[in-house]
Amino acid sequence: MSGGAIRSGTRSADAGAAEPGTALRRVAVLKGGTSLERKVSLRSGAQAQEALSRLGHDVVAIDAGPELVAELRQAEPDAAFIALHGSDGEDGTVQGLLEVIGIPYTGSGPSACMRCTDKVLAKHLMREAGIPTADFHSFRESSFKGLGAAAALADVERSLGFPLVVKPARQGSALGVKFARSSEELPGAIVGALSYDSKVLIERYVKGRDLAVSVLDAATPGEEPEALPVVEAIPREEEFYNYESRYEIGMTTFVCPAELPGDVAVRAQELALETYRLLGCRGVARVDLMLEEDTGELVVLETNVVPGLTETSLLPLAADAAGIGFEELMERILLSAVPRRDL
Amino acid sequence: MDRPTNRAGDGRRARPAAHELARYEALFAARTRGMKSSAMREMMALTERPEVISLAGGLPDTTTFPPELYAKLMSQVAADSTARALQYGPTEGMAVTVQCIVEVMEEEGTVVDPAEVIVTTGGQQVIDLVCKALIDPGDVIVAEAPTYPGAIPTFGAYQADVVQIEVDGDGMPIDELESTLDRLAAEGRRPKFIYTIPNFQNPGGVTMSLARRHRLVEVARERELLVLEDNPYGLLRYEGEPLPTLYSLDAAAVGRGGASDLVIYLGTFSKILSPGLRLGWAVAPRPVLEKLNLGKQGADLCSSPVTQLFVAAYFKEGGWREYIERLRALYSRRRDVMLEALEQHFGGKAAWTKPHGGLFIWATLDGGVDTTDLLAHSEGVAFVPGRAAYMDGRSGASSMRLNFAGVPDDDIREGVRRIGRAMGGQAGLFGVLTGSSPGAAAGERGGDAGAGAAGSGESPSELADVVELPRRGKQGSADRRSAGKRRDR
Repeated sequence: MSGGAIRSGTRSADAGAAEPGTALRRVAVLKGGTSLERKVSLRSGAQAQEALSRLGHDVVAIDAGPELVAELRQAEPDAAFIALHGSDGEDGTVQGLLEVIGIPYTGSGPSACMRCTDKVLAKHLMREAGIPTADFHSFRESSFKGLGAAAALADVERSLGFPLVVKPARQGSALGVKFARSSEELPGAIVGALSYDSKVLIERYVKGRDLAVSVLDAATPGEEPEALPVVEAIPREEEFYNYESRYEIGMTTFVCPAELPGDVAVRAQELALETYRLLGCRGVARVDLMLEEDTGELVVLETNVVPGLTETSLLPLAADAAGIGFEELMERILLSAVPRRDL
Repeated sequence: MDRPTNRAGDGRRARPAAHELARYEALFAARTRGMKSSAMREMMALTERPEVISLAGGLPDTTTFPPELYAKLMSQVAADSTARALQYGPTEGMAVTVQCIVEVMEEEGTVVDPAEVIVTTGGQQVIDLVCKALIDPGDVIVAEAPTYPGAIPTFGAYQADVVQIEVDGDGMPIDELESTLDRLAAEGRRPKFIYTIPNFQNPGGVTMSLARRHRLVEVARERELLVLEDNPYGLLRYEGEPLPTLYSLDAAAVGRGGASDLVIYLGTFSKILSPGLRLGWAVAPRPVLEKLNLGKQGADLCSSPVTQLFVAAYFKEGGWREYIERLRALYSRRRDVMLEALEQHFGGKAAWTKPHGGLFIWATLDGGVDTTDLLAHSEGVAFVPGRAAYMDGRSGASSMRLNFAGVPDDDIREGVRRIGRAMGGQAGLFGVLTGSSPGAAAGERGGDAGAGAAGSGESPSELADVVELPRRGKQGSADRRSAGKRRDR
């Protein structure tokens, strides 16, 4: 399991298309939008905007709304820098749209976005590829309503055991994520998760250390993507790494590089690279993992194709630990904005 | 679309590298840890879009204020008091404004000495100044559950240990308060103050009964405890007899026509005139008042003379009682519109309070519905999820606060209808999951499955009269988890 092998062919779309980021004079930073992560996205966007301006790009900031296409046409950017989190921004919607109107954009293409955003799909792919991920089951709302799936919940409880973590299949932040400690708590948790998506993921709870590995495409086209140092998020008080602490300074301590035995850190990076390739990411992505306390094993939780860029986000922290300053990071991400045809 | 086009040549500002962020973290005061943002607030940001019907705000309807009167008063202030309006004012407030405050309080049957009044920048500042004066980290505040969502960040910022007591239809149960105080005393702790909103409580919509008011004052006197009486809506009563303020009851207990010596009274012009003026006040025992004054000097020196003079001019005009009368008529009708809409769309799926005044109705949903999730699911309508009214951010998960005052009738109806539809979908699904309702029951009115009250045979209209605030144990996981945080059980 070294980081050398390219498992999927999704990166072949790059071939020969690369154009250096410096040619991308005029950059539209897409931020905000109407997803539940709007506020975080505005902060990420503002950070990107400032850095790109300082780098000499002509920056146009666009709050993604009903006029997005019109505004993009008017702005005529050489590239779009996607700082949108959550639905529409991270799930391939905006990416597909940008391809239609012919504007190169940063990060993963529509299909990779879909694979990563849908945690259930990503987990199926990982399981098939032998990448360790927490045991899980998933249900669609329609299967409860039309196929009597409620009767199968007992089987889920038996096979995974309590506590269970219940998540909407597609919702970036911790919104809608709940613990169920007993059969009584499970229905409410499922209803909660299904408020955000029509599909719910029910996962075995992995108790352990919360790690994140960001992966960045190489500065030189054709070279292998690089895994940045491992970040560990240590919640201050909560047993559950909650939404609040994820975005607020002071609620969580971030350690980078994480204090891990060398082989564990390397293994986490390898897993992140494998996952990145498997899911067909490009430009940048952040892979979240757990180091399970009882077994000492690493498991992959999920992959974020538009990692946060705020003051407290993990990607800038990891880049910094690798000696990549924020502006360089922005420039590297911008490099992924090349004309392409999604697979 | 904004367009910062900053070319690289023009002197780059140094941006802190990521590793420096850890340094900021080390610089932040410990109290910032109590200053949390929350998923719920992130989500509330979404509801600021114009197409969303917001039942979330704490807003009065300022469109009711006559524009010509506003213009007239402002020009009057501008012409007659230019220099005073543009100058700093006294920290305690301008005498002409304090006189208006005395008048307003008289209207509620409360006599105060102008020398014991301090004008503040909104009622919110009173909460902040009282905490500033009284709270060291770890000090106990006893508050109602649910409590004013806007007080929570303030309490958090001062690192108070807030013990919340569940209200019922008559406000805070004083026997619960007493047993809480006893238990705290057994731990060698004593609250710095008791925070209560006796009239048309925000967010609960309930009013403390006369008997409880008397008893609260007795308890405070027996135990020498300060009470912060937050009364923004006292004059916005739509039915029933006005009840005396805690301040006046305590003053009567002190006797000799004196002032209260244990109640800090919080008032505001926000709901009877305008929140944009940012003017509130406190009436407090002298020693406390002095500390509030010192605290205010450090905070903002004085509240705006421009708006203080506006208030003085407005009161001199003489029509302020009539304006409140008009607000009462309007808000009372809107309350009825909302109550009717709730019966129609929440009936059998929830219980809600029937406030006799104020701005808010508090609805508690049956079954395991988390209103934060419901908010995500409710298209084009916003409300305040109940968690916002609890210090732990988790209790009250199945409740919501609805504002009826600041929204036109049609929006109230449509907003409630939209929430009801989302609830129906969730409750139907919950029923399917718990086996208490067959599949495909998620229609608009199909949501009463699995609900505690649904099987009790109560009609929706009977239910509407039930004042039921969140009780632990019958709700979802979020509530159960927080049970350990409750101190009064």
